[in-house]
Amino acid sequence: QQAYGCDKRPVVRADPAEARPLTSNPLHAIEDIVTLIQDETDGVPIRTVKSFMTKIPSVVTGTDIVQWLMKNLSIDDPAEAMHVGSLIAAQGYFFPISDHVLSLKDDGTFYRFQAPYFWPSNRWEPENTDYAIYLCKRTMQNKTRLELADYEAENLARLQRAFARKWEFIYMQAEAQVKIDRKKDKTERKILDSQERAFWDVHRPVPGCVNTTEMDIRKCRRMKNPHRVKKSVYGLAEEATQSQSPVHTPLQLCRKGTKEDVKKEILFLNTQLDRHCMKMSKVSESLISYTEQYMDYDPFVTGQEPPNPWTSDDPSLWDLETSKEPGLQRVKKWGFSLEEALKDSAGQELFLKFLESEFSSENLRFWLAVQGLKRMPQQEVAQRAQDIWAEFLAEGAPSSINLDSHSYERTNQNLKDPGRYSYEDAQDHIYKLMKSDSYARFLRSNVYQDLLRKKVNGKSLASKRLTGLMQSS
Amino acid sequence: MNNSQVEWGAAEDAAPYGAAASPGCRSPPPLLLLFFLLLHLKTGGASSPCDVMTAASAVSSEVQPNETLTHLKTESDTLKTKLEEERAKLHDVELHQVAEKVDGLGQFIMKTRRTLKGHGNKVLCMDWCKDKRRIVSSSQDGKVIVWDAFTTNKEHAVTMPCTWVMACAYAPSGCAVACGGLDNKCSVYPLSLDKNENLAAKKKSVAMHTNYLSACSFTNSDMQILTSSGDGTCALWDVESGQLLQSFHGHAADVLCLDLAPSETGNTFVSGGCDKKANVWDMRSGQCIQSFETHESDINSVRYYPSGDAFASGSDDATCRLYDLRADREVAIYSKESIIFGVSSVDFSLSGRLLFGGYNDYTINVWDVLKGTRVSILFGHENRVSTLRVSPDGTAFCTGSWDHTLRV
Repeated sequence: QQAYGCDKRPVVRADPAEARPLTSNPLHAIEDIVTLIQDETDGVPIRTVKSFMTKIPSVVTGTDIVQWLMKNLSIDDPAEAMHVGSLIAAQGYFFPISDHVLSLKDDGTFYRFQAPYFWPSNRWEPENTDYAIYLCKRTMQNKTRLELADYEAENLARLQRAFARKWEFIYMQAEAQVKIDRKKDKTERKILDSQERAFWDVHRPVPGCVNTTEMDIRKCRRMKNPHRVKKSVYGLAEEATQSQSPVHTPLQLCRKGTKEDVKKEILFLNTQLDRHCMKMSKVSESLISYTEQYMDYDPFVTGQEPPNPWTSDDPSLWDLETSKEPGLQRVKKWGFSLEEALKDSAGQELFLKFLESEFSSENLRFWLAVQGLKRMPQQEVAQRAQDIWAEFLAEGAPSSINLDSHSYERTNQNLKDPGRYSYEDAQDHIYKLMKSDSYARFLRSNVYQDLLRKKVNGKSLASKRLTGLMQSS
Repeated sequence: MNNSQVEWGAAEDAAPYGAAASPGCRSPPPLLLLFFLLLHLKTGGASSPCDVMTAASAVSSEVQPNETLTHLKTESDTLKTKLEEERAKLHDVELHQVAEKVDGLGQFIMKTRRTLKGHGNKVLCMDWCKDKRRIVSSSQDGKVIVWDAFTTNKEHAVTMPCTWVMACAYAPSGCAVACGGLDNKCSVYPLSLDKNENLAAKKKSVAMHTNYLSACSFTNSDMQILTSSGDGTCALWDVESGQLLQSFHGHAADVLCLDLAPSETGNTFVSGGCDKKANVWDMRSGQCIQSFETHESDINSVRYYPSGDAFASGSDDATCRLYDLRADREVAIYSKESIIFGVSSVDFSLSGRLLFGGYNDYTINVWDVLKGTRVSILFGHENRVSTLRVSPDGTAFCTGSWDHTLRV
């Protein structure tokens, strides 16, 4: 059923049976990767490294991660792998053990994986009280590796001022946490400390780093934790008020169908079944031929003359296009379709001139009038619709157009309650007429062919002059 | 589980027992079992489940009219399957297979040519002026800025009364801009040549929704605006009077994006929403004329292919897809294993050969529309790319990002 581009391969899922629907966890694609990368057989080599009198538990090098990503996500360029890896790190799924900045380097830097407890999908929104407790307890631990960074020290100072009255409470909580931590095994502590620090690096990032917890407000409402119940990292009782998100409408999942909705759907499906569709082969050919026809005009594909203003810093191309003197390329485009000719004001002018010579300009003028009608302010619509009738369709109208009786009748009916779409049938009929009849003759006409010839000659003359200049110099 | 709870809440017309009482194919729900037991006791003999079922449906048909919700849903599902079968019959080949005969594209060197700095927070939306060099952009901090991107000069700035201005659009005449967001409205500001004039004073409130404004676009004139909203609807408005001309209902969740068909004669537009659907609408009747649901998550962006016969979409499922209106089907999917972050915004190059996608992983991926391959990946932004538009003459594309900048 699905169409696939050449590059598509199904994403490797850790456990297909447990594939969760995207809307419940938009991070599932990342988490599948993070789970697989830690797999004992198929993942990266996570090990304990012995280093100068100490052991570094549960780490892997940046290079290993980059290599794994390249292999498992089919990435050719290590720079791309580093970019994806850095983003996964920035989201909080793994981290460098010796740096607050969450990014991936393709070298021997050591990284550790984050505990699922701290994963972003748990919708953490830690309060400043928690952060204060964390920074506070850090100052209680007499280890150089746990010293506060400058920005952390600044944050702590700010929090002390903000929570001046609560500080005794916070201090007590910090002490309690230190006590709990001390009871843990030394190796376990190293790992947990680093994971905790990485958690805060995500939620209170280094100044200048992207805060990946920032959310698109449009998506906020449907997240797992819609009422934004803020749970404490350190098990504090919930704070008094739940803050309201600015868009505080009640949780809206996808509206499940009522009977009316399903009935409408059935009607719609039946209409679709009656629709006559084109085969993929035909549709593909059509898309290809359209694109190929316009590729010469596509500045991203074909160099333009004068050159692209953005690269050359020269706006001549734009000056040329606004001038009433269209270049060869523009004139050629009018031959692609009636639509192209009418889109361009110069093309429209020439076509009108041609029609006047054939005494059938009222068709185009009618078409243009109806286009104008649709663009008017609502207030003026009814009057304009009447004016158009008088000019083009009424008995003895000065610019009488030829409509088939069916369209004429329908339009007459529509005019009883004139609106901007009163002339749709008529306009459609006239457009088809112009397209199949006048337009074809226009392209063969002297007025168009002469112009084309003039442009072609003008172009080759210009290039002759250029070469002439070059030769003489 | 939550799902069934919601199901219960919404399906007021469902049979009291919840499950369809289709004879003989399911184990009876608890209430029914009780009924069976009572019946069994009453009749004193062995009554078969069939008897119970008929008795139960007799009860339920007394309670309900003939068409139960579940009945209708079954009919709807059957039609969907049938429709898929019909469409599949016409799916004789893949676009990229037919495109094998097309020459490959060479190497692309695309660089940032201009960087526009001045927003104080995330850039959420931008639009080009028809003059091919001016743009309007809006941001989270409520500022809407009009730039001459060619010179990088700011020409106008307006501060909206709300934050998160998620939508902005340039009027075809170049004389006004429209914008809106968390204020649930779309407002039009005429652009004055007098730099000292307070633009905010001339503001005109045009659209009113019951939830955030996600996108807005002028139709072919300064006189009508099309909007989409978090309230699940799209709407067409008369600018001068603020009158609602047409509303479009059909999405089952927030509508995030829309695009008008490029045709001079067309009266259609496409919208994409959080219900994973892309709907094509007739502006005249308000009816949904086609619908596509193959994405696996929110559709953040929709854009017509230049001929108007197809459109592309970008979604949180990290893929872009191409849908053809004549085949009424998805005809291509643009994805890679290494792309795991959502697409925020898509647009075509002038010929439709290239599709540019702005992603939440801060990059822009450039796709060969016909062959389905990625031709380039562009780095540069330091946070999510939130908006992307190709200029009217196709000479450049502009991106806006959460890193507060715009790049051309």
